[in-house]
Amino acid sequence: MAEQLAKRPINVPLMSNLAAAGEEPEILFWVGCAGAFDDRYKRVTRAFVRILEHANVKYAVLGMEETCTGDPAKRAGNEFLFQMQAVQNITTFEGYGIKKIVTACPHCFNTIKNEYPALGGNYEVIHHSTFLQQLINEGRVGVAGGGEFKGQRITFHDSCYLGRANNIYEAPREVLAVLDADLVEMKRSKANGLCCGAGGAQMWKEPEPGKKDINVERTEEALAALDGNAAALANLYGVESGNAGATPAPRNSQQGSIIAVSCPFCMTMMSDGVKNKERENNVQVFDIAELIATAEGLNA
Amino acid sequence: MHNEYISALTPNLPFPVHFSIQNLLFLLVAAAGFGLFAWQVRKVRANILVGRDRDMSGNVSERLNKTLLVAFGQQKMFKRITPALLHMIVYVGFIVINVEVIEIMIDGLFGTHRALSFLGPLYSLLVGTNEVLGALVIVAVAAFWWRRNVGGVRRFTGPELRMWPKMDANIILYVEVILMIALFTMNAADLKLHGPELPGAFPISSLLTGLLPSSPEALHVLERVGWWAHIVGILCFLNYLPSSKHFHIIMAFPNVYYSRLVPQGQFSNVDSITHEVKAMMDPSYVVPAPATNPDGSAMAPTPFGAKDVDDLAWTNLLNAYSCTECGRCTSVCPANLTGKLLSPRKIIMDTRDRVEEKYNSPLIFQPNLYGSEAKHAEQEVLDKETHTLLRGYVTPEELWACTTCNACVEACPVNINPLESIIEMRRFLVLEESAAPNSLNVMFSNIENNGAPWAFSPSDRFNWADELFVAEKA
Repeated sequence: MAEQLAKRPINVPLMSNLAAAGEEPEILFWVGCAGAFDDRYKRVTRAFVRILEHANVKYAVLGMEETCTGDPAKRAGNEFLFQMQAVQNITTFEGYGIKKIVTACPHCFNTIKNEYPALGGNYEVIHHSTFLQQLINEGRVGVAGGGEFKGQRITFHDSCYLGRANNIYEAPREVLAVLDADLVEMKRSKANGLCCGAGGAQMWKEPEPGKKDINVERTEEALAALDGNAAALANLYGVESGNAGATPAPRNSQQGSIIAVSCPFCMTMMSDGVKNKERENNVQVFDIAELIATAEGLNA
Repeated sequence: MHNEYISALTPNLPFPVHFSIQNLLFLLVAAAGFGLFAWQVRKVRANILVGRDRDMSGNVSERLNKTLLVAFGQQKMFKRITPALLHMIVYVGFIVINVEVIEIMIDGLFGTHRALSFLGPLYSLLVGTNEVLGALVIVAVAAFWWRRNVGGVRRFTGPELRMWPKMDANIILYVEVILMIALFTMNAADLKLHGPELPGAFPISSLLTGLLPSSPEALHVLERVGWWAHIVGILCFLNYLPSSKHFHIIMAFPNVYYSRLVPQGQFSNVDSITHEVKAMMDPSYVVPAPATNPDGSAMAPTPFGAKDVDDLAWTNLLNAYSCTECGRCTSVCPANLTGKLLSPRKIIMDTRDRVEEKYNSPLIFQPNLYGSEAKHAEQEVLDKETHTLLRGYVTPEELWACTTCNACVEACPVNINPLESIIEMRRFLVLEESAAPNSLNVMFSNIENNGAPWAFSPSDRFNWADELFVAEKA
């Protein structure tokens, strides 16, 4: 780009500081454990904050006051630990009078939105895909001309906890649509999407014995869509079933392609799958926020 | 032939009435058939109600709407078009042909002949539609049989689909064909006997009359055989339902009506734990007194999660009776697809087998005759001693393979939720037996100590914000 870019440091606003100053943010950005600790997903957190800054959203984070929502404990059956975590977080939210929470993790999103109300925590909870879609619709994020992803082949992998769990299928796709990319669907997508293999606390344990790892199965499906290789679908299990999407058009271009995700665990599983298939040289896994931040030229 | 003797008793009916010994016999057979069915349904109802209480009242219009769409309208079947169309034929055939069963009941009780024929053109439409549907049902059932036994449809295989479940599926198909053959025998013989004066339209039977003998006596016997075979077949089939996966034709409706209205990602909160946690956080919190027996003594505390069928909610047991073992759940389960032991269908089938083993079993199906051995033949861990649902039927290895992705819940055409039962059994393993896989115990202690499922220091939680810049147009 010909324009001169300046690098502005971001001082991420802490909820405690805002409260001390008697201010109230528009949203609380719930970072989540993966967003705070996982090196790969920290880049997503940073990309999303850049977008918030760019769009002049008045936001705040809890910083060290955040603690696990309890999702992995609950899915693993440890209801006691889940509720301990939930009550602790609800106490924090109530202390600050939080009303609106945005998070880049579908698991945190589902837990706070659906399972905290029964424990006394009622908030408007928004996943970052929906929030990005809103910013785009309001014209606060533009991505004029599609940015650097124009024409690049991208396939979106549905997170179970965003999709089937909460019926959010269109928001991430509408966000990706502004990139003007060659967006293709996998054979199993939306309500028929195949899990990456990490949900239900699988992220923290080895899979049970079987004939294949779930993330490898899903990655092969994504690669078949990206490569336009219908023949590769024959190696997958169960794709004949369901309201399967169309087989993507064949593709000869050697240009790199992208698996887009909107969940930290999907990110890990799909990245591992790409490594397993030795395709890191021409297939990358990005969160939708990273793609938007890059296309908007916000990285510095 | 007809022993006609009381035709004058009901002069105002729009059809002639002729009582005979056949009518008395029919009355006895019908009463026995429906009575036996009511007795079986009472047993099933009692079995379902051994489950834990769960308030599913309210939201009547939303529930009725969903029942109309999903159960009556088969909305979720249409994700797979071929079986959806075949199933639609049999389903519509079942409903429309049952209008004719009303006529059979009237004819049987009052000795009338085609009592509804006073409807005129409407009657012709009804009978004609039945004939076409009956023929289509035979075609659809043949297609079903082929798909199930020859066609290599993967979801009709699997360890849980051997022995009784496999036989059950084919019995249903054979009985449906027999019922249709009886219907056509009755109609074709009746048509040949009475000729064109016979009320009704017979697009299929008129093609079959050539196959029948021409003696009126033989035709009359054939008509009676077809008539009796059809109605006795239906009554027998009705009483077969509680032992069969075919019970779904009834149970699908209450099951959809009582299915969850909340987002699929929302898991239940355990109330007893909520009280404990609140009391820990706030010493002034008053934990409600435990429920009491009628004599005032405190009831034994229920375990956390589910070890056996009576630890599950009644809706989970209703699920088990609504399952037609189609395997759509298992065919989309990521764990099952990649070769793990978990099969959501098996969990639901195990639940029904176990509840009937522990409580009442229906007339025909005896769980100990066809028991879980068939399903578990390839599995190692089986605790024959306790023989509860957990471990006796469902192994921890199956439960731990679940990714809680909700694909099974989404796939079920009658809104069965295998995930709820899986989570309840996981809760028992973790909270009552501390039997989680070790790596998950590590994750639990990380959350307890670090507030994150990984072993990171809580003081590093905000490090992601260090040295963060955004590019801006100058």
